[in-house]
Amino acid sequence: MDDPFELAGETFGSRLIMGTGGAPSLDVLDRALAASGTELTTVAMRRVSPATSGSVLDVLAARGIRVLPNTAGCFTAAEAVRVARLAREALGTNWVKLEVIADERTLLPDGVELLTAAEQLIAEDFIVLPYTSDDPVLARRLEQAGCAAVMPLGSPIGSGLGIRNEHNIELIVEAAGVPVILDAGIGTASDATIAMELGCDAVLLATSVTRARNAELMAAAMRSAVLAGRLAFRAGRVPRRRHAHASSPRAD
Amino acid sequence: MEIIINGQRHQVADEVSLAGAVLLVTAAATGVAAALNGDVLRRAAWDSTPLAAGDQVEVVTAVQGG
Repeated sequence: MDDPFELAGETFGSRLIMGTGGAPSLDVLDRALAASGTELTTVAMRRVSPATSGSVLDVLAARGIRVLPNTAGCFTAAEAVRVARLAREALGTNWVKLEVIADERTLLPDGVELLTAAEQLIAEDFIVLPYTSDDPVLARRLEQAGCAAVMPLGSPIGSGLGIRNEHNIELIVEAAGVPVILDAGIGTASDATIAMELGCDAVLLATSVTRARNAELMAAAMRSAVLAGRLAFRAGRVPRRRHAHASSPRAD
Repeated sequence: MEIIINGQRHQVADEVSLAGAVLLVTAAATGVAAALNGDVLRRAAWDSTPLAAGDQVEVVTAVQGG
């Protein structure tokens, strides 16, 4: 495997982590996941409902995609810890995408609750992948607490506003000793490419694919976009210049 | 006696176990977790966990999200 993505001791060929929220049907989701090439995909935990028909878990199992439970919808550290424990029991994984949001309007992470929850879950032997703001200091504190990655947002969940503060993402990447996964805010393929060009190790996205007019096609676009950005990052971009620099020899 | 499962009241036999309560809302053999009064219990312990009147049972599974 050329240029594998290593996360918490596991190796992935794809640097695109998908979410499953927002897809109009399990069939659309299934085709989008296949087109994305993802090997790791998030699910949420909710009370069982008699109305539920078909399971997102069956879709992931059939594709051989590893499941990553999240704690979406939690506003406090205590709630997030409880959901993570439930997820570990239900799904048999100690990996968790830790999400503790401040309010429904912004869905922005609550850094204080997030760090508290991360510390507790790490003490309980969870592999914690925290969804965090694009604050380099909070990212550093999460890494110091023992998180297996840091997952800064590009912009608010579902906004499709792309990466609003590239400088902060660069600062996080420069300082991080764990993988940096750009999580939230991706609107279209170029956003994912920019994340990878900035040096992120992977991209996590859902809405931009699942709510696209053609989810399967956008999933394929994201797959290529992440790969293109990664290749460009490894290749090293030319420096920006103030003036032109001829690419052909001077005329004789 | 009456217990609460996922926020809904249920009349159950006095000797019902946690496993019995879970069966009232799902027959799924995998992918499900249960908490009793906020504490998550391993599946292996469900059969041997008795319930009392007023107990709050939460049964969750994975859904699309994130």
